[in-house]
Amino acid sequence: MSHEVLMQLYVFVLAGFVGYQVISRVPALLHTPLMSATNAISGISLVGSLVAAGADYGPVSTVLGVVAVTAATINVVGGFMITDRMLKMFKLDRKDRP
Amino acid sequence: MNLGVELTYLLSSVLFILGLRGLSSAATARRGMNLAAVGMLLAVIGTLLNQQIITFTWIIIGGIVGSVIGAAMAIFMPMTAMPQRIALSHAFGALAATLVGVEKYYRLGAEIGAAKMAAVGFEVMFGSLTVTGSLMAFGKLQELVKGAPITYPLQNHTNIALFVATFAMFVYLIVDPSNATVFYVMIASGLAIGVLMVLPIGGADMPVVVSLLNSYAGLAASATGFALENNVLIIAGALDGASGFLLSILMSRAMNRSFTNVIFGAFGGGAEAAIAGKDATGLTVRQITLEDAAVQLSYARSVVVVPGYGMAVAQAQHQVRELAEEIQKRGGDVTYAIHPVAGRMPGHMNVLLAEANIPYDHLLDMEDVNPRFTETDVVLVIGANDVVNPAARNDKSSPIYGMPILDVDRAKSVIVFKRSMNPGFAGIENLLFYEPKTSMLFGDAKSSLTKLVAEMKNAA
Repeated sequence: MSHEVLMQLYVFVLAGFVGYQVISRVPALLHTPLMSATNAISGISLVGSLVAAGADYGPVSTVLGVVAVTAATINVVGGFMITDRMLKMFKLDRKDRP
Repeated sequence: MNLGVELTYLLSSVLFILGLRGLSSAATARRGMNLAAVGMLLAVIGTLLNQQIITFTWIIIGGIVGSVIGAAMAIFMPMTAMPQRIALSHAFGALAATLVGVEKYYRLGAEIGAAKMAAVGFEVMFGSLTVTGSLMAFGKLQELVKGAPITYPLQNHTNIALFVATFAMFVYLIVDPSNATVFYVMIASGLAIGVLMVLPIGGADMPVVVSLLNSYAGLAASATGFALENNVLIIAGALDGASGFLLSILMSRAMNRSFTNVIFGAFGGGAEAAIAGKDATGLTVRQITLEDAAVQLSYARSVVVVPGYGMAVAQAQHQVRELAEEIQKRGGDVTYAIHPVAGRMPGHMNVLLAEANIPYDHLLDMEDVNPRFTETDVVLVIGANDVVNPAARNDKSSPIYGMPILDVDRAKSVIVFKRSMNPGFAGIENLLFYEPKTSMLFGDAKSSLTKLVAEMKNAA
């Protein structure tokens, strides 16, 4: 295993660990927004798709890349927008609670 | 990769983690998500400045089409359809990851090398099964496909055999990446696994499946990061994978089932389970009139509402809020008891109630609300069944024995809104309905609630 792959594994394992810790603190109240939020974040595949679509690797690469860009953008734009739409609805009732 | 781009990616990764950290409370959640969105914007801008990108025309077209579809879905999708939207977006995410993997293999072929082949192989294997699995989940949630488990003989055996075969192709490719046929056959069988995996899973188990597919979509994105040597992809994918994994564990636990049981559970078990448990023969239920229910609620000091999927189906959440307002006007206290698997995805019920302008400090988790039931005057069970079945606590022969439930049977009185006496989805008898403290209000939840609100307004 090359040094580079090993470093990638480090990053993966540590990020997974941080993710688990951070996410275990999310209350059940927000589990649906959490899922749409992680979904938007995993739209980061967009970054990989952009290179495939724009690097002039040939027609097949461009077609695959453009479809991937479209799919990932749907997730990024839609994911962040719908998460915000949901979170906007969560309001406190300060009047009748001690 | 130049240093500037790498540092942008680092900043993006930090912003993603801070964003998820914000979700630990509803008060900080929106600010957190704005940080994450900035992180995403930075990552995209950083990538576009990458010298490898020569042509922008197609990127712009893809970006515009994707933004329009994404925005339209975000604006017009009703909150009840949230599980479907999430399932569909898992499919899109996995599709993007799979196509990026296919592109890489198509371009490099045998020159890809063993390490990259392992990453790309993993990416397209998990990606392809997530694409079709999520589309199947979407179909079931949207009721395009039959919601009930679809089973046939030797189903588990064929699924496992197919999975082993796919995995064998994956290993073969690492040894010999030059065989393109094997690569494409592996994708085809990945796509088939996705369909076959979700076929036998019933509607009520969807929270687990949707969470699991969330995790797979994240792992596919992470594998893309390994293939492209891109840390922000690895990190974002790992965060998504961890989140989906954690949610699937929480959901399985709330249903008192293991992963394996959810995935393979449609076999055997089902038929015998339905007839197990205590029988209600000879017992009778007590019906209540709207007038009596209105009087009872008018004098109640503390009321707990237990909403179930039935309430969401009847679209009755706004009527529930109106009823709560009437009770509050008379000095009663109204809270909502949310079971972890109420709804079709984790946290779905909270979103539906928040949409109906119910403040989130009135929404209580199972652990917080259970000790309060002994002090509760009236519990309103609306469209929920198994999650309030005391058999889970005291009947060892019941298939749901051991499942964590809301202890509504400990309250002073219970009113159950129900369409008819047909047993719920799981077909398990609920003895709560026959208890002397329980009264039944039959009919459509929405119209019953509307009439009840009118009755209370008249009495005032």
